[in-house]
Amino acid sequence: METLKKYYWKWAGMLLLVYTMYMGFAGQVPRQAILNETVRNLYFHVTMWFSMIALLGVSVYHSIQYLRKSDPMDDLKSNAYVITGLIFATLGLITGSIWAKFTWGDWWTNDPKLNSVAIGMLIYLAYGLVRSSLPDEQQKARISSVYNIFAFIIFMVLIWILPRMTDSLHPGNGGNPGFNSMDLDNRMRMVFYPAILGWMSLGFWYAQLRIRIRKIEVLLEEKEQV
Amino acid sequence: MLQEIKVLFQKELQLEWRQKYAVHGLLLYLASTIFVSYLSFKAKQESISPITWNVLFWVILLFIAINAIGKSFTQESSQRGIFYYTLVKPESVIYSKILYNSILMTGISLVGIFMYSWVMGNPVGNMSLYVIALILGSIGFASTLSLVGGIAAQAENTSTLMAVLSFPIIIPLLLFLLKLSKSALDGISIAENWDEIAVLASLDVIVIVLSGILFPYIWRH
Repeated sequence: METLKKYYWKWAGMLLLVYTMYMGFAGQVPRQAILNETVRNLYFHVTMWFSMIALLGVSVYHSIQYLRKSDPMDDLKSNAYVITGLIFATLGLITGSIWAKFTWGDWWTNDPKLNSVAIGMLIYLAYGLVRSSLPDEQQKARISSVYNIFAFIIFMVLIWILPRMTDSLHPGNGGNPGFNSMDLDNRMRMVFYPAILGWMSLGFWYAQLRIRIRKIEVLLEEKEQV
Repeated sequence: MLQEIKVLFQKELQLEWRQKYAVHGLLLYLASTIFVSYLSFKAKQESISPITWNVLFWVILLFIAINAIGKSFTQESSQRGIFYYTLVKPESVIYSKILYNSILMTGISLVGIFMYSWVMGNPVGNMSLYVIALILGSIGFASTLSLVGGIAAQAENTSTLMAVLSFPIIIPLLLFLLKLSKSALDGISIAENWDEIAVLASLDVIVIVLSGILFPYIWRH
Protein backbone atom coordinates (compact mmCIF):
# COMPACT_ATOMS: atom_id res chain seq x y z
CA MET A 1 0.00 0.00 0.00
CA GLU A 2 2.87 2.32 0.86
CA THR A 3 4.49 1.84 -2.55
CA LEU A 4 1.14 2.23 -4.23
CA LYS A 5 0.80 5.65 -2.63
CA LYS A 6 4.36 6.65 -3.30
CA TYR A 7 4.18 5.85 -6.97
CA TYR A 8 0.61 7.05 -7.48
CA TRP A 9 1.59 9.14 -10.50
CA LYS A 10 2.90 6.10 -12.31
CA TRP A 11 -0.34 4.20 -11.74
CA ALA A 12 -2.39 7.23 -12.68
CA GLY A 13 -0.31 7.73 -15.80
CA MET A 14 -0.71 4.13 -16.89
CA LEU A 15 -4.47 4.24 -16.27
CA LEU A 16 -4.64 7.40 -18.34
CA LEU A 17 -2.76 5.66 -21.15
CA VAL A 18 -5.11 2.68 -21.07
CA TYR A 19 -7.98 5.18 -21.26
CA THR A 20 -6.22 6.96 -24.14
CA MET A 21 -5.68 3.71 -26.00
CA TYR A 22 -9.29 2.65 -25.58
CA MET A 23 -10.79 6.02 -26.44
CA GLY A 24 -8.21 6.58 -29.12
CA PHE A 25 -9.16 3.51 -31.08
CA ALA A 26 -12.78 2.98 -30.08
CA GLY A 27 -14.05 6.42 -28.99
CA GLN A 28 -16.23 8.73 -31.00
CA VAL A 29 -14.46 11.34 -33.10
CA PRO A 30 -15.91 14.10 -35.27
CA ARG A 31 -15.92 13.36 -39.01
CA GLN A 32 -14.19 15.82 -41.25
CA ALA A 33 -13.07 16.01 -44.81
CA ILE A 34 -9.50 14.79 -45.47
CA LEU A 35 -8.85 14.09 -41.80
CA ASN A 36 -11.56 11.43 -41.40
CA GLU A 37 -10.52 8.80 -38.88
CA THR A 38 -6.90 9.95 -38.82
CA VAL A 39 -7.86 12.68 -36.39
CA ARG A 40 -7.42 9.98 -33.73
CA ASN A 41 -3.71 10.42 -34.26
CA LEU A 42 -4.06 13.66 -32.31
CA TYR A 43 -3.81 11.58 -29.12
CA PHE A 44 -0.63 9.86 -30.25
CA HIS A 45 1.19 12.46 -32.33
CA VAL A 46 0.63 15.87 -30.77
CA THR A 47 1.06 14.47 -27.27
CA MET A 48 4.56 13.26 -28.18
CA TRP A 49 5.69 16.84 -28.77
CA PHE A 50 4.20 18.06 -25.49
CA SER A 51 6.05 15.30 -23.68
CA MET A 52 9.28 15.99 -25.56
CA ILE A 53 9.24 19.69 -24.69
CA ALA A 54 8.48 18.91 -21.03
CA LEU A 55 11.32 16.38 -20.88
CA LEU A 56 13.82 18.68 -22.57
CA GLY A 57 12.71 21.51 -20.30
CA VAL A 58 13.39 19.43 -17.19
CA SER A 59 16.72 18.47 -18.68
CA VAL A 60 17.63 22.16 -19.03
CA TYR A 61 16.59 22.71 -15.42
CA HIS A 62 19.05 20.01 -14.33
CA SER A 63 21.75 21.50 -16.56
CA ILE A 64 21.32 24.86 -14.85
CA GLN A 65 21.42 23.12 -11.48
CA TYR A 66 24.63 21.38 -12.51
CA LEU A 67 26.29 24.67 -13.47
CA ARG A 68 25.26 26.14 -10.13
CA LYS A 69 26.20 23.26 -7.84
CA SER A 70 28.51 20.95 -9.84
CA ASP A 71 26.72 17.86 -8.58
CA PRO A 72 27.40 14.98 -11.03
CA MET A 73 23.92 13.60 -10.32
CA ASP A 74 22.38 16.63 -12.01
CA ASP A 75 24.37 15.98 -15.16
CA LEU A 76 23.31 12.35 -15.12
CA LYS A 77 19.66 13.36 -14.83
CA SER A 78 19.91 16.02 -17.49
CA ASN A 79 21.43 13.51 -19.91
CA ALA A 80 18.74 10.90 -19.19
CA TYR A 81 15.99 13.45 -19.86
CA VAL A 82 17.61 14.50 -23.15
CA ILE A 83 17.76 10.87 -24.32
CA THR A 84 14.13 10.28 -23.33
CA GLY A 85 13.15 13.51 -25.08
CA LEU A 86 14.89 12.28 -28.22
CA ILE A 87 12.98 8.99 -28.07
CA PHE A 88 9.72 10.93 -27.89
CA ALA A 89 10.86 13.13 -30.78
CA THR A 90 11.50 10.01 -32.86
CA LEU A 91 8.05 8.65 -31.99
CA GLY A 92 6.54 12.03 -32.83
CA LEU A 93 8.26 12.00 -36.21
CA ILE A 94 7.06 8.47 -36.96
CA THR A 95 3.45 9.11 -35.96
CA GLY A 96 3.54 12.43 -37.78
CA SER A 97 4.94 10.81 -40.90
CA ILE A 98 2.13 8.26 -40.95
CA TRP A 99 -0.42 11.01 -40.44
CA ALA A 100 1.11 13.09 -43.21
CA LYS A 101 0.98 10.14 -45.61
CA PHE A 102 -2.77 9.74 -45.17
CA THR A 103 -3.76 13.41 -45.09
CA TRP A 104 -1.17 15.38 -47.03
CA GLY A 105 -0.22 12.49 -49.33
CA ASP A 106 3.46 12.14 -48.55
CA TRP A 107 5.67 10.60 -45.89
CA TRP A 108 7.70 13.79 -45.64
CA THR A 109 6.37 17.19 -46.65
CA ASN A 110 8.38 20.35 -46.94
CA ASP A 111 6.80 21.88 -43.88
CA PRO A 112 8.65 24.26 -41.53
CA LYS A 113 7.62 22.29 -38.46
CA LEU A 114 8.93 19.02 -39.85
CA ASN A 115 12.17 20.60 -40.93
CA SER A 116 12.54 22.38 -37.59
CA VAL A 117 12.13 19.16 -35.69
CA ALA A 118 14.65 17.42 -37.94
CA ILE A 119 17.11 20.23 -37.23
CA GLY A 120 16.30 19.97 -33.53
CA MET A 121 17.16 16.28 -33.58
CA LEU A 122 20.48 17.10 -35.29
CA ILE A 123 21.17 19.61 -32.51
CA TYR A 124 20.58 16.99 -29.84
CA LEU A 125 22.56 14.32 -31.70
CA ALA A 126 25.43 16.84 -31.74
CA TYR A 127 24.93 17.10 -27.98
CA GLY A 128 25.55 13.37 -27.79
CA LEU A 129 28.70 13.78 -29.88
CA VAL A 130 30.05 16.48 -27.55
CA ARG A 131 29.52 14.17 -24.61
CA SER A 132 31.33 11.27 -26.20
CA SER A 133 34.25 13.39 -27.41
CA LEU A 134 35.20 14.71 -23.98
CA PRO A 135 37.02 12.16 -21.86
CA ASP A 136 37.13 14.08 -18.57
CA GLU A 137 33.92 13.57 -16.53
CA GLN A 138 33.66 17.05 -15.07
CA GLN A 139 34.54 18.77 -18.30
CA LYS A 140 32.03 16.59 -20.13
CA ALA A 141 29.29 17.50 -17.67
CA ARG A 142 30.08 21.21 -17.75
CA ILE A 143 30.40 21.58 -21.51
CA SER A 144 27.35 19.48 -22.29
CA SER A 145 25.28 21.44 -19.76
CA VAL A 146 26.28 24.68 -21.46
CA TYR A 147 25.48 23.25 -24.88
CA ASN A 148 22.18 21.86 -23.65
CA ILE A 149 20.98 25.23 -22.36
CA PHE A 150 22.11 27.01 -25.52
CA ALA A 151 20.55 24.35 -27.77
CA PHE A 152 17.22 24.38 -25.94
CA ILE A 153 16.76 28.12 -26.35
CA ILE A 154 17.67 28.02 -30.05
CA PHE A 155 15.35 25.02 -30.48
CA MET A 156 12.46 26.91 -28.88
CA VAL A 157 13.02 29.83 -31.26
CA LEU A 158 13.07 27.33 -34.09
CA ILE A 159 9.80 25.56 -33.30
CA TRP A 160 7.76 28.41 -31.81
CA ILE A 161 8.71 31.53 -33.77
CA LEU A 162 9.89 30.38 -37.18
CA PRO A 163 6.85 28.29 -38.26
CA ARG A 164 4.57 31.20 -37.36
CA MET A 165 6.40 33.43 -39.82
CA THR A 166 6.16 31.05 -42.77
CA ASP A 167 3.48 28.96 -44.41
CA SER A 168 2.80 25.66 -42.81
CA LEU A 169 0.37 22.83 -43.30
CA HIS A 170 0.05 22.43 -39.55
CA PRO A 171 -3.01 23.87 -37.83
CA GLY A 172 -2.49 27.27 -36.24
CA ASN A 173 0.28 28.32 -38.64
CA GLY A 174 0.42 30.33 -41.81
CA GLY A 175 -3.26 31.27 -41.77
CA ASN A 176 -4.54 27.76 -41.03
CA PRO A 177 -7.05 27.68 -38.21
CA GLY A 178 -5.83 26.17 -34.96
CA PHE A 179 -7.26 22.98 -33.57
CA ASN A 180 -9.26 24.87 -31.00
CA SER A 181 -11.59 26.60 -33.38
CA MET A 182 -12.96 23.70 -35.36
CA ASP A 183 -11.59 20.20 -34.98
CA LEU A 184 -11.04 19.87 -31.30
CA ASP A 185 -14.55 19.50 -29.96
CA ASN A 186 -15.25 18.69 -26.34
CA ARG A 187 -15.37 14.93 -26.84
CA MET A 188 -11.82 14.95 -28.13
CA ARG A 189 -10.67 17.31 -25.42
CA MET A 190 -11.76 14.74 -22.84
CA VAL A 191 -9.23 12.34 -24.29
CA PHE A 192 -6.55 14.74 -25.50
CA TYR A 193 -5.67 16.35 -22.15
CA PRO A 194 -5.53 13.06 -20.22
CA ALA A 195 -3.45 11.65 -23.08
CA ILE A 196 -0.87 14.44 -22.67
CA LEU A 197 -0.59 13.69 -18.94
CA GLY A 198 -0.42 9.95 -19.58
CA TRP A 199 2.37 10.12 -22.15
CA MET A 200 4.28 12.63 -20.02
CA SER A 201 4.19 10.37 -16.99
CA LEU A 202 5.38 7.49 -19.17
CA GLY A 203 8.27 9.68 -20.31
CA PHE A 204 9.23 10.72 -16.80
CA TRP A 205 8.97 7.14 -15.57
CA TYR A 206 11.23 5.95 -18.35
CA ALA A 207 13.72 8.77 -17.65
CA GLN A 208 13.77 7.86 -13.96
CA LEU A 209 14.48 4.22 -14.79
CA ARG A 210 17.37 5.36 -16.97
CA ILE A 211 18.67 7.55 -14.15
CA ARG A 212 18.51 4.67 -11.69
CA ILE A 213 20.32 2.32 -14.06
CA ARG A 214 23.03 4.93 -14.67
CA LYS A 215 23.42 5.49 -10.93
CA ILE A 216 23.98 1.77 -10.40
CA GLU A 217 26.48 1.70 -13.26
CA VAL A 218 28.39 4.61 -11.77
CA LEU A 219 28.47 2.88 -8.38
CA LEU A 220 29.73 -0.34 -9.95
CA GLU A 221 32.45 1.52 -11.82
CA GLU A 222 33.56 3.17 -8.59
CA LYS A 223 33.67 -0.20 -6.85
CA GLU A 224 35.82 -1.68 -9.58
CA GLN A 225 38.28 1.15 -9.29
CA VAL A 226 38.68 0.72 -5.52
CA MET B 1 34.77 45.43 -17.49
CA LEU B 2 34.43 47.82 -20.45
CA GLN B 3 38.11 48.62 -19.99
CA GLU B 4 38.96 44.91 -20.10
CA ILE B 5 36.90 44.38 -23.24
CA LYS B 6 38.68 47.31 -24.88
CA VAL B 7 42.14 46.00 -24.02
CA LEU B 8 41.32 42.45 -25.14
CA PHE B 9 39.81 43.81 -28.34
CA GLN B 10 42.99 45.76 -29.05
CA LYS B 11 44.98 42.59 -28.39
CA GLU B 12 42.90 40.72 -30.99
CA LEU B 13 43.49 43.49 -33.49
CA GLN B 14 47.23 43.53 -32.85
CA LEU B 15 47.50 39.76 -33.10
CA GLU B 16 45.67 39.88 -36.40
CA TRP B 17 47.86 42.73 -37.62
CA ARG B 18 51.03 40.84 -36.79
CA GLN B 19 49.92 37.62 -38.42
CA LYS B 20 48.37 39.09 -41.51
CA TYR B 21 48.28 35.72 -43.22
CA ALA B 22 45.10 34.85 -41.31
CA VAL B 23 43.05 37.68 -42.80
CA HIS B 24 44.73 37.27 -46.16
CA GLY B 25 43.88 33.61 -46.02
CA LEU B 26 40.23 34.39 -45.36
CA LEU B 27 40.05 36.88 -48.20
CA LEU B 28 41.68 34.42 -50.57
CA TYR B 29 39.26 31.73 -49.39
CA LEU B 30 36.40 34.13 -50.11
CA ALA B 31 37.72 35.05 -53.55
CA SER B 32 38.38 31.44 -54.56
CA THR B 33 34.98 30.13 -53.40
CA ILE B 34 33.22 32.95 -55.22
CA PHE B 35 35.22 32.31 -58.36
CA VAL B 36 34.69 28.55 -58.14
CA SER B 37 30.94 29.04 -57.82
CA TYR B 38 31.02 31.46 -60.76
CA LEU B 39 32.84 28.93 -62.91
CA SER B 40 30.65 26.03 -61.79
CA PHE B 41 27.45 27.89 -62.57
CA LYS B 42 28.96 29.53 -65.68
CA ALA B 43 26.87 32.35 -64.45
CA LYS B 44 25.85 35.24 -66.42
CA GLN B 45 23.11 36.84 -64.39
CA GLU B 46 20.40 35.08 -66.35
CA SER B 47 21.47 31.48 -65.90
CA ILE B 48 21.05 31.50 -62.14
CA SER B 49 17.80 32.39 -60.43
CA PRO B 50 17.88 35.16 -57.79
CA ILE B 51 17.00 32.70 -55.02
CA THR B 52 19.93 30.45 -55.88
CA TRP B 53 22.15 33.54 -56.09
CA ASN B 54 21.09 34.51 -52.58
CA VAL B 55 21.36 31.08 -50.97
CA LEU B 56 24.74 30.43 -52.54
CA PHE B 57 26.13 33.66 -51.12
CA TRP B 58 24.88 32.90 -47.60
CA VAL B 59 26.32 29.39 -47.74
CA ILE B 60 29.69 30.82 -48.77
CA LEU B 61 29.51 33.29 -45.88
CA LEU B 62 28.55 30.53 -43.46
CA PHE B 63 31.55 28.40 -44.37
CA ILE B 64 33.90 31.35 -44.13
CA ALA B 65 32.45 32.26 -40.75
CA ILE B 66 32.99 28.75 -39.43
CA ASN B 67 36.57 28.78 -40.65
CA ALA B 68 37.33 32.26 -39.40
CA ILE B 69 35.72 32.02 -35.99
CA GLY B 70 36.47 28.37 -35.31
CA LYS B 71 40.13 29.21 -35.00
CA SER B 72 39.61 32.13 -32.64
CA PHE B 73 40.01 29.96 -29.55
CA THR B 74 42.49 27.44 -30.88
CA GLN B 75 45.09 29.84 -32.18
CA GLU B 76 46.11 30.79 -28.68
CA SER B 77 47.79 28.23 -26.48
CA SER B 78 46.04 26.95 -23.38
CA GLN B 79 48.78 28.37 -21.15
CA ARG B 80 47.94 31.81 -22.40
CA GLY B 81 44.29 31.04 -21.65
CA ILE B 82 45.19 30.40 -18.03
CA PHE B 83 47.15 33.64 -18.01
CA TYR B 84 44.09 35.60 -19.17
CA TYR B 85 41.99 33.76 -16.65
CA THR B 86 44.06 35.17 -13.80
CA LEU B 87 43.82 38.69 -15.22
CA VAL B 88 40.33 39.32 -16.57
CA LYS B 89 36.71 38.30 -16.23
CA PRO B 90 35.62 35.51 -18.61
CA GLU B 91 32.72 37.70 -19.75
CA SER B 92 35.21 40.23 -21.09
CA VAL B 93 36.97 37.50 -23.06
CA ILE B 94 33.82 36.32 -24.83
CA TYR B 95 32.46 39.84 -25.40
CA SER B 96 35.74 41.02 -26.89
CA LYS B 97 35.83 37.96 -29.14
CA ILE B 98 32.23 38.54 -30.24
CA LEU B 99 32.95 42.21 -30.91
CA TYR B 100 36.08 41.45 -32.87
CA ASN B 101 34.51 38.58 -34.83
CA SER B 102 31.42 40.66 -35.62
CA ILE B 103 33.54 43.42 -37.09
CA LEU B 104 35.67 40.89 -38.98
CA MET B 105 32.59 39.12 -40.38
CA THR B 106 30.87 42.40 -41.32
CA GLY B 107 34.00 43.45 -43.21
CA ILE B 108 34.31 40.10 -44.94
CA SER B 109 30.64 39.99 -45.91
CA LEU B 110 30.80 43.51 -47.37
CA VAL B 111 33.93 42.67 -49.37
CA GLY B 112 32.24 39.42 -50.25
CA ILE B 113 29.05 40.98 -51.62
CA PHE B 114 31.18 43.36 -53.70
CA MET B 115 33.23 40.53 -55.23
CA TYR B 116 30.18 38.32 -55.61
CA SER B 117 28.16 40.96 -57.45
CA TRP B 118 31.19 41.69 -59.61
CA VAL B 119 31.30 38.23 -61.16
CA MET B 120 27.82 36.86 -60.50
CA GLY B 121 25.75 39.97 -61.15
CA ASN B 122 23.53 41.67 -58.61
CA PRO B 123 19.75 41.07 -58.74
CA VAL B 124 19.13 42.79 -55.38
CA GLY B 125 16.21 45.22 -55.47
CA ASN B 126 16.78 46.97 -52.16
CA MET B 127 20.50 47.11 -51.45
CA SER B 128 20.28 48.93 -48.10
CA LEU B 129 17.99 46.22 -46.70
CA TYR B 130 20.40 43.58 -48.01
CA VAL B 131 23.26 45.32 -46.20
CA ILE B 132 21.20 45.38 -42.99
CA ALA B 133 20.68 41.63 -43.39
CA LEU B 134 24.43 41.19 -43.93
CA ILE B 135 25.31 43.15 -40.79
CA LEU B 136 22.73 41.39 -38.61
CA GLY B 137 23.86 38.08 -40.07
CA SER B 138 27.53 38.80 -39.39
CA ILE B 139 26.79 39.68 -35.77
CA GLY B 140 24.65 36.56 -35.38
CA PHE B 141 27.26 34.27 -36.97
CA ALA B 142 30.01 35.84 -34.88
CA SER B 143 28.21 35.52 -31.56
CA THR B 144 26.86 32.00 -32.09
CA LEU B 145 30.11 30.65 -33.48
CA SER B 146 32.25 32.31 -30.81
CA LEU B 147 30.46 30.36 -28.10
CA VAL B 148 30.45 27.14 -30.11
CA GLY B 149 34.14 27.71 -30.90
CA GLY B 150 34.80 27.97 -27.18
CA ILE B 151 33.01 24.65 -26.64
CA ALA B 152 34.73 22.91 -29.55
CA ALA B 153 38.17 24.13 -28.44
CA GLN B 154 37.75 22.06 -25.27
CA ALA B 155 37.69 18.81 -27.19
CA GLU B 156 40.33 17.19 -29.34
CA ASN B 157 39.21 17.13 -32.96
CA THR B 158 38.07 20.73 -32.93
CA SER B 159 37.27 21.22 -36.60
CA THR B 160 34.85 18.29 -36.93
CA LEU B 161 33.15 19.19 -33.69
CA MET B 162 32.93 22.82 -34.75
CA ALA B 163 31.07 21.87 -37.92
CA VAL B 164 28.76 19.35 -36.26
CA LEU B 165 27.88 21.65 -33.37
CA SER B 166 27.45 24.85 -35.31
CA PHE B 167 25.50 23.76 -38.41
CA PRO B 168 22.25 22.75 -36.73
CA ILE B 169 22.42 25.58 -34.22
CA ILE B 170 22.98 28.24 -36.86
CA ILE B 171 20.12 27.09 -39.12
CA PRO B 172 17.38 29.12 -37.37
CA LEU B 173 19.46 32.25 -37.84
CA LEU B 174 20.22 31.32 -41.44
CA LEU B 175 16.52 30.75 -42.21
CA PHE B 176 15.58 34.18 -40.86
CA LEU B 177 18.45 35.72 -42.84
CA LEU B 178 17.36 34.01 -46.05
CA LYS B 179 13.85 35.29 -45.50
CA LEU B 180 14.97 38.87 -44.91
CA SER B 181 17.45 38.89 -47.79
CA LYS B 182 14.78 37.39 -50.06
CA SER B 183 12.63 40.44 -49.28
CA ALA B 184 15.62 42.66 -50.06
CA LEU B 185 16.05 40.79 -53.32
CA ASP B 186 12.45 41.50 -54.25
CA GLY B 187 12.98 45.17 -53.51
CA ILE B 188 10.57 45.38 -50.58
CA SER B 189 11.11 48.49 -48.45
CA ILE B 190 12.75 48.46 -45.03
CA ALA B 191 9.58 49.75 -43.37
CA GLU B 192 7.67 46.65 -44.43
CA ASN B 193 10.31 44.35 -42.99
CA TRP B 194 10.52 45.70 -39.45
CA ASP B 195 9.16 42.42 -38.08
CA GLU B 196 11.92 40.32 -39.60
CA ILE B 197 14.60 42.86 -38.66
CA ALA B 198 13.30 42.93 -35.09
CA VAL B 199 13.26 39.13 -34.83
CA LEU B 200 16.80 38.88 -36.20
CA ALA B 201 18.10 41.62 -33.93
CA SER B 202 16.49 40.04 -30.87
CA LEU B 203 17.91 36.63 -31.84
CA ASP B 204 21.36 38.27 -31.98
CA VAL B 205 20.80 39.85 -28.57
CA ILE B 206 19.59 36.55 -27.06
CA VAL B 207 22.67 34.73 -28.34
CA ILE B 208 25.06 37.45 -27.11
CA VAL B 209 23.50 37.54 -23.65
CA LEU B 210 23.46 33.73 -23.43
CA SER B 211 27.13 33.62 -24.45
CA GLY B 212 27.95 36.07 -21.68
CA ILE B 213 26.12 33.93 -19.13
CA LEU B 214 27.35 30.53 -20.29
CA PHE B 215 30.94 31.19 -21.34
CA PRO B 216 32.34 31.52 -17.79
CA TYR B 217 31.32 27.88 -17.18
CA ILE B 218 33.13 26.66 -20.29
CA TRP B 219 36.23 28.49 -19.32
CA ARG B 220 36.44 27.39 -15.72
CA HIS B 221 38.89 24.56 -15.34
